[in-house]
Amino acid sequence: MTYDAILSVENVTMQFGGVVAVNNLNLHVQRGEIVALIGPNGAGKTTAFNCITGVYEPTNGQIRFNDQVIISNHPKGKMKKLYSGENYGMYSKVKNPTPDKVTRLGIARTFQNIRLFKTQTVFDNVLIAKHMRAKQNVFSATLRLSYAEEKRMRQETYALLEEQNLLHLKDEMASNLPYGLQRRLEIARALATQPQLLLLDEPAAGMNPQETQELTAFIHSIRDKYQLSILMIEHHMDLVMEISERIYVLDFGSLIAEGTPEEIQNNQHVIDAYLGVSEDA
Amino acid sequence: MEQFIETLTSFFSTNLPYILAGISVGGQYALIAIGYTMVYGILRLINFAHGDIFMAAGLILIYAAASMPLYLAIPLMIVVTVLIGFLVERVAYKPLRSAPRMSIMISAIGVSYLIQNLALYVTGGLTKVYPAIPWISDSVTIGSATTKMVTLVTPVLTIVLVIALVLLIRYTKIGMAMRAVSRDFETSQLMGIKIDRVISATFIIGTFLAAIGSLLFFTNYTGVTPTIGAMPGLKAFVAAVFGGIGSIPGAVIGAFIIGICENIIKGLGWTTFSDAFTFALLIVILIVKPSGLFGEKNTDKV
Amino acid sequence: MNRTKLSYKDYQNDKKTNYAIGAILIVALLGGIWLLEQTIAPTHIVFSILKKGAIYSLVAVSMNLLNGFTGLFSLGQAGFMLLGAYTYAIFTIPVEMRDSVYQYFDGGIIQFTIPVIAALVLAGLVAAAVAALIGLPVLRLKSDYLAIATLGFAEIIRAIFQWDKLGVLTNGSNVLRKYPTFSSTLYPFLVAGICIALICLLINSSYGRAYKAIRDDEIAAEAMGINLFKHKQQAFMISSFFAGVSGALLAMFQTTVTASTFRVAMTYEILLIVVIGGMGSISGSVIGSFLYIACSEWWLRFLDQTQFINGWQVPLLRTGFRKVVFAVIIMIIVLFFRKGLMGDRELSVSRIRAGLHNLIVWFATLPARIKGAGRRKKRQAGEKTTVTDTAQKTKQEGGADQ
Repeated sequence: MTYDAILSVENVTMQFGGVVAVNNLNLHVQRGEIVALIGPNGAGKTTAFNCITGVYEPTNGQIRFNDQVIISNHPKGKMKKLYSGENYGMYSKVKNPTPDKVTRLGIARTFQNIRLFKTQTVFDNVLIAKHMRAKQNVFSATLRLSYAEEKRMRQETYALLEEQNLLHLKDEMASNLPYGLQRRLEIARALATQPQLLLLDEPAAGMNPQETQELTAFIHSIRDKYQLSILMIEHHMDLVMEISERIYVLDFGSLIAEGTPEEIQNNQHVIDAYLGVSEDA
Repeated sequence: MEQFIETLTSFFSTNLPYILAGISVGGQYALIAIGYTMVYGILRLINFAHGDIFMAAGLILIYAAASMPLYLAIPLMIVVTVLIGFLVERVAYKPLRSAPRMSIMISAIGVSYLIQNLALYVTGGLTKVYPAIPWISDSVTIGSATTKMVTLVTPVLTIVLVIALVLLIRYTKIGMAMRAVSRDFETSQLMGIKIDRVISATFIIGTFLAAIGSLLFFTNYTGVTPTIGAMPGLKAFVAAVFGGIGSIPGAVIGAFIIGICENIIKGLGWTTFSDAFTFALLIVILIVKPSGLFGEKNTDKV
Repeated sequence: MNRTKLSYKDYQNDKKTNYAIGAILIVALLGGIWLLEQTIAPTHIVFSILKKGAIYSLVAVSMNLLNGFTGLFSLGQAGFMLLGAYTYAIFTIPVEMRDSVYQYFDGGIIQFTIPVIAALVLAGLVAAAVAALIGLPVLRLKSDYLAIATLGFAEIIRAIFQWDKLGVLTNGSNVLRKYPTFSSTLYPFLVAGICIALICLLINSSYGRAYKAIRDDEIAAEAMGINLFKHKQQAFMISSFFAGVSGALLAMFQTTVTASTFRVAMTYEILLIVVIGGMGSISGSVIGSFLYIACSEWWLRFLDQTQFINGWQVPLLRTGFRKVVFAVIIMIIVLFFRKGLMGDRELSVSRIRAGLHNLIVWFATLPARIKGAGRRKKRQAGEKTTVTDTAQKTKQEGGADQ
């Protein structure tokens, strides 16, 4: 493992009651890399995302971002008895930032079931993402003392929308956009938080083959333009194989394989997980 | 240690009337609280109008008893109250089933406002005297305390009704449907459960118990005013939260605890704070254990 | 003149004119009130409606900031008004009057006064400070629990202020009075107007957008780096601040203060005003307040009195009927016009201009349309022409008229 990893997930276990949703996950993303996380439905991919972004507190394990531990936890209280994962007692630090703090550090995400601000315009959807890094406080904002900053935020939003070819829609309500554009807008909004690492949760879900094709080029282009590292969950295998430099495969919460697209395609475990094992084999 | 027991016994003997009153009020709260907890369990709605329906039940009996004997008036009151509960759900909540949660809560507040104002109109703002119901209004003496028969009847009746309700929910078809709906609204709909029927049944049971509760509650009071239902209603809701919303035994235990504590506080001379105490308890519970004593924890899905 | 229909968006960029018209409208409104005060007897009901309407506007807007813009279902508004009202009264009762007001408490503990304006601000600050304390535990709760917890807090506050052990400060369950009040209707208009203007500025700022984001989708807002707790706490405090100020204004309006005024029913009333006006519309809340107060205290009064038409007694009319009618109207709004008067739109100068323009166009084109309709009827009676055909023809005719 080289050590230019921007993100490393180390021994992360997420257990809900007695159910282990993610079991001892180890995963890393190199700077500038596009990595895919795949696996059958219910394998724990989105749960892993939620652990990384602070939505869930992992039961055990730690997550490092830019070589700093940003999340760390160990089983506490009732979970001490219930815990059935590995590496019990390995971590003693407790650090569970809320999702906004994770975003502030430079990890942005999109959601599997698009979560745009539905009652607001395309423009405002992106502008909201600029709020986090604004220096104004509630008084200077109300009394319009930070006019210059507000203007800069608007210009940046304008520029970002222009780049993403969404400018002509800027006054549309977000909920009125067609599905594909809503996905694009969600990515644009995530980019507006100025992330270093972008987590995409099924960006191609619900897209037709042509849109999926365009998405490949799009993801590459944003990666290059914003010097991003990308971790994505995806079911479209064409897209995954074409775009990702490395792939992790999850099944029943555990990692069953990792490697380049070619390696994964020929991995027997992966084939078994997806197609099932025939009984007489 | 002995001294401790002595202070305890002296506490009980001096506070016996308050403890008895507490048990009695607790039982009445329990009967109201079940309506809250069941409706919340199924619709995730705080039925703000429930306390007012409870008040309406009191008024209905007053007016009914004025023109007919009690053995007719009481069943009539129960039937009319249940009908009101049913109609409120059909008219004010059903059309909003797919609306945001806030809308339906506002609708509940609107219904509460409407019932209170109707009561104000009908009574002309006068306090109406509740009829004395034979036997349960009679006085009895227990130890050092003299109290009404209702104080003894309430806990017994409450427990009998709760057992009946638990049996109903556990062993009948409609009970099973209720459990399914409270678990997962959409899925149970897909499984062919007639949601509207289940919800109506919930409101009917809830208001039936509130009607019985009103009978017991108002016997202890001199009269009924349009706003009298609001406080017991809110307290019963707190009891439901305290016991873990959705859990019937939880609501009953919560109600008894609140009834007893409240009356002991009154006994200590802190009457101003007897209402405030309930809410303080609510806030403590919500912070320490939001799922209540017997509630289930559920996490939001992202 | 341009005879096509315009939308408010067509006027939005004409900012200078909009501001000018807005300023003129405000001056005209204040001037109108001033004129009214010069011409009508000051005891006329219209003044008390206007004063109370202005005060309720402020508290309704402050509630809307929470319920409509931040998506927090809070029912604590009456409690914060109480705090404001008491703070104002306690710190402004003239020292020489204190012995008579606090007659059971030896003149009370506070033996100084502060200026009225400072007391108004302090009223807001006390409410905001208490909100900050309450918010710590309560704002982490989910919507319906939040509602019941804030409602509970309002009740606890009311109990504390009625407690006779604190009588040296609060006068126990006795009324506070003899503090400075206002006589001119312009006073509450100016104070409430400034406060509402500040709330407007807030809502249209970056923070206002963050609040709306939280309302629309908490999880997405958090993923955008918006600290949920901090922003909710902020909105809660700001809302409480203005509720406190409006409580102080209400105290001035009523000339006496008792804790028992600020019951849950008052919060419900304010909530219903917000719903009538439209959740998420400031101008809606303002219009809603004036309508609500005017209806309940003036226009619908007749419903409470027995009326005779030609010697025939109108049934149902007697004390309390007004409130029943009112409650029914509110239920109809809640059930069938869920968006209220304004929905989440705002009454802006550009909307007024567009509305006026369209009204004029409507009247100006009326003759042509009547002619067109007449012709269409004749034609339909005679030949067989399709509807689209006639529509096109009338359009051409309308064009030819210009």
